[in-house]
Order: sequence, then structure tokens, then C-alpha cells
Amino acid sequence: MSYRTPLSNVKGLGTANEGSEHFWRQRVTGLANLLLSVFLVYAAFHLVGQDLTTVKAFFQNPLHFVLSTAFVMSATYHMRLGMQVVIEDYVHNEGSKIGLVILNTFYTAFVALAGVYSLLKLSFGA
Amino acid sequence: MSQHKLKAARPLSPHLQIYSPMLTMMMSIMNRLTGVGLYFGILIFTWWLMAAASGPAYFDWVNSLLDTMLGKLVLLLATWGFFHHMFGGIRHFIWDFAKGFNLATVETMARIGVVAPIMITGVLWYLLCS
Repeated sequence: MSYRTPLSNVKGLGTANEGSEHFWRQRVTGLANLLLSVFLVYAAFHLVGQDLTTVKAFFQNPLHFVLSTAFVMSATYHMRLGMQVVIEDYVHNEGSKIGLVILNTFYTAFVALAGVYSLLKLSFGA
Repeated sequence: MSQHKLKAARPLSPHLQIYSPMLTMMMSIMNRLTGVGLYFGILIFTWWLMAAASGPAYFDWVNSLLDTMLGKLVLLLATWGFFHHMFGGIRHFIWDFAKGFNLATVETMARIGVVAPIMITGVLWYLLCS
């Protein structure tokens, strides 16, 4: 019986040079979320319990729109990276794993598009 | 490559079941749990945005649902989860700079990670509701 793993057979053959990309993007989006959380708290004070006219007026401010959209994009990307790690940690069947990782991309893309579309519509005041 | 060839026949160490729960271990688990919670919890936030984009009638209906006891409880939990995950993330940023690995520091940061999110959530909700 061989105790060599497939990993040990390829060790030393060089990397694909993208090993740290996932980790790095997790940190960058996390930092963006951290900074944007200040805006989220500010937004909560202006939006909680308000009627639609006030909510629309809030998002018609260009800076408010840009920061909200930035948060939606950064948060959904951060979510996608994080859930991918969770799936890869716990789902060991190759087919289910690939299926769930794709589903993860679809779900987070949907949340991102739904958020950005709504913000655009509110901002342009339809 | 077929699935079974990927695994060498090695003995596995008994890991999770031999450790008694420690604060730092629970915080690691909570960071993942709050992350997964927020992954689905963001749907409430998105739903509210879509409701606002849909028109006043639907927006008022969604707001009235979020204003119920159950709605408030879910939002309160989401607020706490957000800050808990944020403090977990800040600890990871500190570790990324190769700082704060001293056991006493790790323990202190874990304690801050438990208390601070609860306090921030409490203060924020108090200010928002008053």
C-alpha cells in the first residue's frame, strides 16, 4: 500500500500562481465592508421607519447611491468567496461540490443584481 | 481522476471530539456561523430595497411586516451577526499582520469579540428606536 498522496506527487512542480488570489480578495472586500459599515449606520439613521419619498430622496444623493452600490457589490463578492470556502470544507463529493459552488455564484449574482437594480431605480427616481 | 484515489489510507487524528470547548474555538465557529447567517440574511435587506423600487403600496406592506415582533427580532439578530462577523474579521486582519498571536492577547481579543458586538447592537437599536 502506498502512503504517497497525489499532492506529494506534484509538490515542487511549481504553482499555478493564483493560490493567494481568493484569500486576498476576501481581505480586500472585507476591508471595504468594514469601511462602508460606517455609511450603513449613517444610512440606518436616515432610513429606518421613513416613507418612500424620504427613502428615494436619500438614494438620489449621488454619494449615497455610490456608497450603497459599493456595499452591495463588495458584500456579495465577499459572500461568494466565503460560502465557497464553506462548501469546499464540508462537501466532499466532487459533483455536489461543483454544483453548489456554481449555485453559490448564481445566488450571490442575483442578490447583487437585485440590489444594484433597485438602487438605480430609486436613484433615478422612477 | 476517480474519487477514491485522492485519499491515501492514513489514520485520521480525532480532532473535534477530544477538545473541550474553548472561547477562541467557539469564536472561530461563530465567525463562520454569522457569515453563513448574513449570507442569507442579506435577502431581507435586498427585499426591502426591491420593495422600495417596486412602489409605495408594496414598500409599506414590507415595512409593516418588518415592524412586527418577529420582524424586529430577525433584524436585531442580523444587526448583531453583522457586528460579530465584523469583529471576527478585525481579529483576522490583526493576525494577518503577524500581530496578536500571544495567548493572552488572543484571549482578550476573543472576549472583546463577544462583548463589543452586543454593546454596539444595543446602543444602535436604542438610538434608532428613540
